[in-house]
Amino acid sequence: MLTAIISVIAYLILAPLIGGFLAGVDRIITARMQGRFGPPVLQPFYDVLKLREKENITVNRVQDFYVICFFIFVVVTGGFFFAGGSLLLVIFTLTLASVFLIVAAFSSGSAYAQVGAERELLQMMAYEPMVLLTAVGFYAYTGSFRVDDIMQGSNMSLIPLVGIFAGYIFILTIKFRKSPFDLSMSHHAHQELVAGLKTEFSGRTLALIEVAHWYENIFLLGIVFLFFVNGTILMTVIGIVVCLLAYFLEIFIDNSFARMKWQVALNSAWIAALVLGGINLFIIMIG
Amino acid sequence: MSYVTKSPWIIHYDGSSCNGCDIEVLACLTPMYDVERFGIINTGNPKHADVFLVTGSVNEQNKGVVQQIYEQMPEPKVVVAIGICACSGGVFRDCYNVMGGIDTVIPVDCYVPGCAARPEAIIDAVVKGLGVLAEKRAAMEAKEDKAELAAETEGKQDE
Repeated sequence: MLTAIISVIAYLILAPLIGGFLAGVDRIITARMQGRFGPPVLQPFYDVLKLREKENITVNRVQDFYVICFFIFVVVTGGFFFAGGSLLLVIFTLTLASVFLIVAAFSSGSAYAQVGAERELLQMMAYEPMVLLTAVGFYAYTGSFRVDDIMQGSNMSLIPLVGIFAGYIFILTIKFRKSPFDLSMSHHAHQELVAGLKTEFSGRTLALIEVAHWYENIFLLGIVFLFFVNGTILMTVIGIVVCLLAYFLEIFIDNSFARMKWQVALNSAWIAALVLGGINLFIIMIG
Repeated sequence: MSYVTKSPWIIHYDGSSCNGCDIEVLACLTPMYDVERFGIINTGNPKHADVFLVTGSVNEQNKGVVQQIYEQMPEPKVVVAIGICACSGGVFRDCYNVMGGIDTVIPVDCYVPGCAARPEAIIDAVVKGLGVLAEKRAAMEAKEDKAELAAETEGKQDE
């Protein structure tokens, strides 16, 4: 119980710091890949602090309320995860958080935000099967949905769940909002929907979305880490290294692809879920 | 300390420019000049932007657009007029449909003359604009403090 409380508090404090730092490293690596020098590593923190200093413009009051709900539920998702709760509960809370963000975008009434929100729904449809299969895969192998039970297992889940791991890495591109699947909102430069989902958010509200994204990223990398735990220090180190490599891979993919149509996102994510996840699960069930 | 100067996000609008200045604005983002070093991002969304870069003169057709973009930007904000057309109307000044420089429609903080303006001059103007941005933020803060103080004294009077 005590370890659960400590890890939740550590998550609440460290996740935005590490997440923001990773976002800064992301921007530097992206710049270097494009032959540029890139911003300082603390740039994401400067951005958020600046957004807090801006005038607050909202289309309607309820919009901010939904964004705050989104933020709270993203934090709660990670909290459940790092407290060792059930993976299913974690996934459903994450879905609820995403729904709040979509409702916030719809409530603004802007055409760009609405198209962004519709695309976000499509993205959710694309990644949700694979996320569920990840939880089911852990259950099929370890016999428990609970993260603390999985952590206590002495066998690393990666080798029996290698297909599910690959499928999960695939949908991480969607979750991290990286090209080719950054359909609903993009972080940089122009795109056809202005800023998509977050067009109508500015100032503090936008800062909140940004920080929620950092929390979410750390939680998603936590699931990557879960594939490597077997109680030894060596595997803990390897797990963290693989998390960083996965993040680097996403940056690399981001810089080597253009944005694709939503049909491609949906089809490829479902095919990945069915082929990689489905076959993997089938083999475990038989074995 | 104010963070507005550490992360100025930009929106760029082409009034009736010949695209000469537009290309120079975009050149600032390329590896050669790389303004992201200073945290500058080209957002394309007025609600996220701090600095408004306008190229070309204002005419009757786009007057409303320029005003609307300006109004949608949250305070503190800075306007930079890039190129001689944006500064004064340039060679198009006397055209029947041209109103003149950007400052005939919205308040402008920095002017970059030139045809086309050099990327170095544009970066210089944005850096100058950051000083104005910091001043505006300080003014905003003072105003907020004043409003708070007024609300507090009003509350005391009610008691």
